[in-house]
Amino acid sequence: MSFISYLINGISLGSVYAIIALGYTMVYGIAKMLNFAHGDVIMIGAYVVLTAMTSAGLPAYAAVLIAVVFCTLLGMLIERVAYKPLRNAASPLAVLITAIGVSYLLQNIALLIFGANTKSFTSVVPIPPVVLADGNLTITGETIMTIAACIVIMIGLTVFIKKSKSGQAMLAVSEDRGAAQLMGINVNKTIALTFAIGSALAAIAGVLLCSAYPTLTPYTGAMPGIKAFVAAVFGGIGSIPGAMIGGILLGVIEIFGKAYISSQMADAIVFGVLIIVLLVKPAGILGKNIQEKV
Amino acid sequence: MSGMKKMKKTTKSNLITYGLVIGIYLVTQILIMTGSISSLLQGLLVPLCSYVILAVSLNLTVGILGELSLGHAGFMCVGAFTSAFFSKCMVDAIPVAGIRYFLALLIGAASAGIFGILIGIPVLRLKGDYLAIVTLAFGEIIKNVVNILFIGRDSNGFHFSTKDVMSLGMEPDGQVIINGPQGITGTPKDSTFTIGVILILITLVIVLNMIHSRSGRAIMAVRDNRIAAESIGINVTKYKLMAFSVSAALAGVAGVIYSHNLATLTAQPKNFGYNMSIMILVFVVLGGIGNIRGSIIAAIVLTLLPEMLRGLNDYRMLIYAVVLIAMMLFNWSPKAIEWREKHLSKRKFAKKKCAEEV
Amino acid sequence: MKNWKKMMSAALTAAMTVTMLAGCGGGETEKGSSDTIKIGGIGPVTGDAAIYGEAVKNGAELAVKEINEAGGINGAQIEFNFQDDEADAEKAVNAYNTLKDWGMQALLGTVTSAPCVAVGEVAQADNMFLLTPSGTAVECVQYDNAFRVCFSDPMQGAESAKYIADNQLATKIAVIYNSSDVYSTGIYQAFAKEAETEGLEIVAAEAFTAESKTDFSVQLQKAKDAGAELVFLPFYYSEAALVLQQAAGINYSPIFFGCDGMDGILDVEGFDADLANNLMFLSPFTPTSTDEAIQKFVTDYKEAYGGTPNQFAADAYDGVYAMKAAMEKAEVTPDMSASDICDVVKGAMTEITISGVTAKELTWEASGEPSKAPMVVKIADGDYAVVE
Repeated sequence: MSFISYLINGISLGSVYAIIALGYTMVYGIAKMLNFAHGDVIMIGAYVVLTAMTSAGLPAYAAVLIAVVFCTLLGMLIERVAYKPLRNAASPLAVLITAIGVSYLLQNIALLIFGANTKSFTSVVPIPPVVLADGNLTITGETIMTIAACIVIMIGLTVFIKKSKSGQAMLAVSEDRGAAQLMGINVNKTIALTFAIGSALAAIAGVLLCSAYPTLTPYTGAMPGIKAFVAAVFGGIGSIPGAMIGGILLGVIEIFGKAYISSQMADAIVFGVLIIVLLVKPAGILGKNIQEKV
Repeated sequence: MSGMKKMKKTTKSNLITYGLVIGIYLVTQILIMTGSISSLLQGLLVPLCSYVILAVSLNLTVGILGELSLGHAGFMCVGAFTSAFFSKCMVDAIPVAGIRYFLALLIGAASAGIFGILIGIPVLRLKGDYLAIVTLAFGEIIKNVVNILFIGRDSNGFHFSTKDVMSLGMEPDGQVIINGPQGITGTPKDSTFTIGVILILITLVIVLNMIHSRSGRAIMAVRDNRIAAESIGINVTKYKLMAFSVSAALAGVAGVIYSHNLATLTAQPKNFGYNMSIMILVFVVLGGIGNIRGSIIAAIVLTLLPEMLRGLNDYRMLIYAVVLIAMMLFNWSPKAIEWREKHLSKRKFAKKKCAEEV
Repeated sequence: MKNWKKMMSAALTAAMTVTMLAGCGGGETEKGSSDTIKIGGIGPVTGDAAIYGEAVKNGAELAVKEINEAGGINGAQIEFNFQDDEADAEKAVNAYNTLKDWGMQALLGTVTSAPCVAVGEVAQADNMFLLTPSGTAVECVQYDNAFRVCFSDPMQGAESAKYIADNQLATKIAVIYNSSDVYSTGIYQAFAKEAETEGLEIVAAEAFTAESKTDFSVQLQKAKDAGAELVFLPFYYSEAALVLQQAAGINYSPIFFGCDGMDGILDVEGFDADLANNLMFLSPFTPTSTDEAIQKFVTDYKEAYGGTPNQFAADAYDGVYAMKAAMEKAEVTPDMSASDICDVVKGAMTEITISGVTAKELTWEASGEPSKAPMVVKIADGDYAVVE
């Protein structure tokens, strides 16, 4: 019985990682950059929802909508000011470091505006928990909502990329930026759109993260951000279904590691499994292993 | 002057780098002697040495070997803990600080180097971001393991545990040396600025000679085109591993300096986690990938910057972030480089210099 | 590239010159040239631990303001300067040196344990008086110039176990602790030791780390499966809020017992107080106490900073008053050097008795430990109540 309970907990935790990883992996796949500030956009999104609900007294759906719009604009602004000027820099690492700067900046802005004190987040999920086996197993509404959101977003993104013109443009940019430009695709616009979508996803992830684990500080996004990065690599970075699989697997491994091996070693176990997976499949579970050519 | 001109370009560039370090050292020494240096700056001298070594050593991996490592702080952690453990045990056995510190340095460098080889063998098979994440993972594992390590010593010898102090089962006279997350307390304060600078110079000798040696050229050939390098008979694994483990051993040296400067040694996300690894990477990228002198300057500037901004109180870290972004944009953005070349460089050979530096 | 390097070097030189100039100023004030007593404070106001540093800063500033309005120490006004250490030992030493350059004559800090030990070492070398409001590790006060306001880790762990045994709250106990944190592990170890002598059975000891502190389902499930009647939570309230919420999620309601870090849980904005019902913890301070001094402190604090003060703020507030009392006793004047102040104040510390917000009668031993009895606070109906 406890096995199933751990499994459910693992999936709950993993679904949160997965939804963050979706945004991560999408930006990586198209803009080819690790956006270390993604976790902090999540945090900002959660603060926007909290403020809209408590200070402005808006209903949950309106607050989430505002957060999505706010984060979309924020994401585009960050891209325009901090990342775009470095698009053709001599090294791809330059933009990675700038992303770290943006991450510090967002954390410190939140610290100045909202203070260091922990705020409790009220869940925005209206679904009641499902109780099974005489109360021994509980699946929370947040878990159901997160997984549902994950699947919807995953399908939505896949369809968007496969069917829409902008989606095809994204695919083209991710395959070969130079060639895409020659074909008349506006690379800058496409990448800006990617950041807009990625940041909108971050807002949704923020809401779900803080609904499932309802505390909020300016540093709330940092660790889940890194974990989601790990999840995205785990699943094969750039792959949208991979992010979801990677996230859920990461959550399950973390919980099982704690439960059956050692709760003190939880981090070491998670990262150990990651290393083993990458040594066996060097491009992640669903990643494409591109052969190097001369 | 004519002698300078005849000298090989690389030799000249190296001499400037050594001169820079020695110059800063001499100026600082004069300031200390005349008593016109602030306590803050004086306290920062030893940490600066360790950050400079970290930046230079990571540049070997990132700039010369061309692989992104996000686990550099892990090697620093290994060096710091093994050497502090040694020093703490040997405080009574070897009363002469100099000898003890020398041995601690060797132990720190060797253990970090060994970890570099052990981790390098599997990791260097990977590429790009996957390599980055695996190094990050190793760094986190090292930190996690150190945090649950309990080692004590009593009349029966050493006791180990990964649970708590009670499980060590020590005699009442026992002394806990590594106390889990509290780490090692009371490491002798053996690091000094002079030793730190000597270690920087040794690091520079090792790294610069390596770059300009046959091995260095082989390593750069691997970086630029692995397949081509392989086809002309360069042993890719050997050279990759060489650069990676030397870089790790030097990070271990930085760890020794760090641990012998503070009375407490704890493995927190701040000092040995991925945060620190990223910080070192920031030094390297801001200073110029592959540019050793740039790494030194960037490490100094970025370590001093948040301390200089203390007067801003609550806005300190905010301004720090803004300055970091601005410096990155100014230093790396193609448009900014173009602008600088047009408006700032009066000398005609600026472009040539630029090519020479990398 | 070349020019950029030049500019960087120029900026660096400029920066160094600035500090040098600052250094000259610092050298002069060492003797105490002004007519104010300069007290420094160190703690994290950015980074993960910023909550605690912010509280200490506010608590101390409030006390300084009150003392200055009432005429200062022996007629001299206090100047208070609080520096950020990001809860990092190296940054704490930097902060300490910055304060030294400023002319600090006594130190209130640092807030967290590991930085406190590092700063303690330097302060001892300088013979600087150090009073930490909240550094709980044993080594924080290992030298005779160092004192603390809070309880030490072993004391809290042992007291908790004793209280549980004496009041027969439970015999089967589970512990959840932060294995990457000095405070949490320190208390856990002392608790486990004392529990053994008291005949309490620890049925589960589960850890979490700074990297995985969102999900506690496994730790709680294990405690539940092991049949623990009481779960001991020696860590801070921000994580505890999640533990309580997740325990409710699996319908697990043992007695939850915490330490002084638990204080403040009801003030987490938006926290459902029902979850914390029956939570017990050791604390030196309750903001809802009817005591007049505490009420005044809480009201003033709310007015100045918004929000209820927690135990960190209270410790800092008492710390400043303790410094005042000791300095008055030792007849400290602003023109004395830090070392001279330390020599007289460390003796005076053991002779003073102050009536603070963390204890009615607060005295210190030469070892640096305060003598105050911990209170057990129980949360009932969404409010703190002292268990007699």
